[in-house]
Amino acid sequence: MSVLIFAEAKKGEYKKNAQEAVYYGAKLASQVGTEAIVFTIGDGSNANELGSFGASKIWFNNNSASTDSQVVSALIAQAASKAEATHVILSNTALGKSIAGRIAVKMDASLVSGANALPEGSSVTKGVFSGKAVAKYNLSGDKHVISVMGNSLQPEATGAAGIPEEISLDAPASRVTVVESKTVDGVVPLPEAELVVSAGRGMKGPENWGIIEDLAKVLGATTACSRPVADTGWRPHHEHVGQTGVAIRPNLYIAAGISGAIQHLAGVNSSKTIVVINKDPEAPFFKAADYGVLGDLFDIVPKLTAALEKFKAQ
Amino acid sequence: MNLLVCISKTPETTAKIAFTDGDSKFNEEGVQYIMNPYDEWYALVRAIELKEKHGGKVIAINVGPASNDIVIRKALAIGADEAIRVNGEAVSSMFVAKQIANYAKSNDIDIVFCGKETIDYNGSEVASIVAELMDLPFISYASKMMVEGSTATIERDIEGGVEVVKVDKPFVISAAKGLAEQRIPNMKGIMMAKRKPLTVVEPEAVDSKSTIGSYTVPQGKQEVKMIDPENMEELVRLLHEEAKVI
Repeated sequence: MSVLIFAEAKKGEYKKNAQEAVYYGAKLASQVGTEAIVFTIGDGSNANELGSFGASKIWFNNNSASTDSQVVSALIAQAASKAEATHVILSNTALGKSIAGRIAVKMDASLVSGANALPEGSSVTKGVFSGKAVAKYNLSGDKHVISVMGNSLQPEATGAAGIPEEISLDAPASRVTVVESKTVDGVVPLPEAELVVSAGRGMKGPENWGIIEDLAKVLGATTACSRPVADTGWRPHHEHVGQTGVAIRPNLYIAAGISGAIQHLAGVNSSKTIVVINKDPEAPFFKAADYGVLGDLFDIVPKLTAALEKFKAQ
Repeated sequence: MNLLVCISKTPETTAKIAFTDGDSKFNEEGVQYIMNPYDEWYALVRAIELKEKHGGKVIAINVGPASNDIVIRKALAIGADEAIRVNGEAVSSMFVAKQIANYAKSNDIDIVFCGKETIDYNGSEVASIVAELMDLPFISYASKMMVEGSTATIERDIEGGVEVVKVDKPFVISAAKGLAEQRIPNMKGIMMAKRKPLTVVEPEAVDSKSTIGSYTVPQGKQEVKMIDPENMEELVRLLHEEAKVI
């Protein structure tokens, strides 16, 4: 018996979502009185650090570099079988979403994707209706697949690093060929960002984004934008947060020049703290905000950046 | 090409979200229902575009009660050629996916389309389960797609960017924003939809291992605290000391 955690490596590194999954799996393992085993695909380098989030073993397999859902899910299901796992835990990332259902079928397991807290007994909760409610799922059977929504738990590295060991598995051939991958390096991806600075049409044009980038830089935040901004090409599509874009739940979401249409709120209303900067006192976003600043963003954003610089220097 | 589009009925985006029966059921009172936007705007329309270019037919499939027919007729009005409704309550993603896979397996489907998620349960589960049940490749979050002969070239959204992949038919795809542009059904489409076949079939029993027991609605936000625009030091102090997020 064990809890098997799939830790996703991005270019050989483990981001916060992987640490969070390991921490979640380790907490669950101690809850049910079993051990937490991490499984990762790759050569195992950098995986030793995952031990400190509570895993007792770290397994790796390097048979395939494919991110195809058929290959990855087959490897995870084999590792789960080897570990006699009752639970498979993974991150609710793009890859996680494409494999969770497959693994549940292979294991004949229950499935909850996007859990926002640890299970309690045989139930686990997740956000539904775009964050407007939380549903408690009842799980039956003896095997369970749970993917963890980013920023649900704060992973704590309290244990010792582990020693990765290679396990032998059979990787099926992939039927999907990756032609190219275009991603931005050196930026925390939006779904796992703790701090997000976002701006909308109130910016008047893409040439004005410098003040948003300056604010994001001093905070160490990821930048985002509203739908009209992405649609007009002022900002790249992957920065669009909201119902049709990326759904996020950072600790801090600062929105400048975004009125707060319900479709935008649907993607950000799970944020812990929301700051809204807008010159329109009727902007609906103020109703969803914790802190509001009424006024011209071109005046306020640089002042906020300066105040943060002063704070950081202390 | 036979193109199967999975469509789901969801509450309209601005619907009031409330629960009844001891918070165990969604309160349908006064709620307007729509076709899940990812299914309608992107998956269905791209399938229709491919049919228009390459020939074949578009079949819309829904798992649900007869009250879902209104959404299915809309899919036919937009341009699907025929529709299947599997007559059962969509109690879990496993239940829904099994019914869809059963139909697809026995009907020589080239591409199964789903939306990237439904806007009610936000699971992104059905497409990946269908793919596994059919032993097919699955391309999620597709924002562009071209088909040449038996091969599709697909651009998909991943964290912080996009990935371009090639895959041979048959396969399963989930549609994200960008895959197509919304189409509004015209009067001719609405009239023709009434004559297009909508076949009702009975579901296969499925052991659903994860089902919703109850709901909670998060407490509303406290009244917004307005900060003097001339005093951003105060906002920083509150973010640090009160909200504890910096």
